[in-house]
Amino acid sequence: MATDVSAYEEMIKGLWRDNPVFVQVLGMCPMLAVTNSAINAVVMGLATFFVLVTSSFLVSSFKQWIPKQVRISLYVIIIATFVTVVDYSILAMLPAIHKELGAFIPLIVANCMILGRQEAFASKHNVKYAVMDAVGMSGGFMIALLALGSVREILGVGALFGVDLFGANFEPWVIMILPPGGFLTLGLLLLFFNWFTERRRQFLIKVADADRMLAVEKVSTEGVKDNG
Amino acid sequence: MDDLLWIFISTLLVNNFVLAYFLGLCPFLGVSGHLETSFRLGLATTFVLVITALCAWILNTYVLIYAPYLRLISFIVVIASTVQFIEMSIKKLSPALFKSLGIFLPLITTNCAILGLAIFATNRSYDLVEGLVFALGAGAGFTLAMVLMAGIREETEIMDVPVLIRGTAFNLIIAGILSMAFMGFAGLFSST
Repeated sequence: MATDVSAYEEMIKGLWRDNPVFVQVLGMCPMLAVTNSAINAVVMGLATFFVLVTSSFLVSSFKQWIPKQVRISLYVIIIATFVTVVDYSILAMLPAIHKELGAFIPLIVANCMILGRQEAFASKHNVKYAVMDAVGMSGGFMIALLALGSVREILGVGALFGVDLFGANFEPWVIMILPPGGFLTLGLLLLFFNWFTERRRQFLIKVADADRMLAVEKVSTEGVKDNG
Repeated sequence: MDDLLWIFISTLLVNNFVLAYFLGLCPFLGVSGHLETSFRLGLATTFVLVITALCAWILNTYVLIYAPYLRLISFIVVIASTVQFIEMSIKKLSPALFKSLGIFLPLITTNCAILGLAIFATNRSYDLVEGLVFALGAGAGFTLAMVLMAGIREETEIMDVPVLIRGTAFNLIIAGILSMAFMGFAGLFSST
């Protein structure tokens, strides 16, 4: 039972506390390049999910047999194999989106988040934890992609998943779906994330302070009673 | 000749790898603290880009026509081993150059601009000369973006910036404004 709890924790940590994009600032290239609409963000998120989970599974299953000196090249080859699978699958199933994402599906190979997880986690833990960690990390990545993609599509086109939101009077902010919009939106999202984390830290300090004050008060009143 | 010039200028300014295609963002955000190092990293990357363009062309012409599904795997293996090979040969041939580039060379393997260049050059079916010019333009564009970013960051170092925005958020917003400025080049070639 205890192992289940910590496996669950491995999964949850990737979603928010160690979010690969907002906290670790990894995987920036696909993050910014494909998030000009929410649907592209979802497809990219799913592709990354598949690649990360399968390669984490394979790496952690074979970790005893992978020689230390060539491990990075082996990880890269494993990742590249799964990316090729994803590339051809998307080409077969969703040709329109494949055209739009273009070179950025093969570029999942160069996403430093995926290689980073193999090196930092999957190669040191057993299969169950590795897969849980991969699910959490790619989930966190997908949350970030979706947040960025939705903001950019809503402001830049006035729609979400292709559904018109504001009617004809809305003047779309074209800049948001162009490259500068990606940089600006991610910058502002990171700022928001920093603000949120800082506020939480302040709140925790305040709570700890209040607890300490209470404890001090309690001790002093007890002392008074004893004296009396 | 005009075509080659067009490829060079368009990858340098209009379709800048960093600011328009988001390639090579890791070093762009991570290592752009100082002007001098950024410039050197830019040169090292340009060098690797040109070698990669050459390798990608050789692979595409002689090997991958028989097995297109191996494209990605062979590119990534060739890039990784080329960088390793370049590192070793520079170390032997020119220790001075190695000293100035050394630390950056391994970093370059994980730079998605390199793989991106190989894939773009294949998708657009460039021939050898076009590919090399494309690589030079991409490298020059990367260096330009790095140097601009480093210059701005050195200036902002002494500024009184709110604590919350310091770090990556600030750099991304600077990058956004730079990228907006580069969009001004978009109309450069429409008239000719």
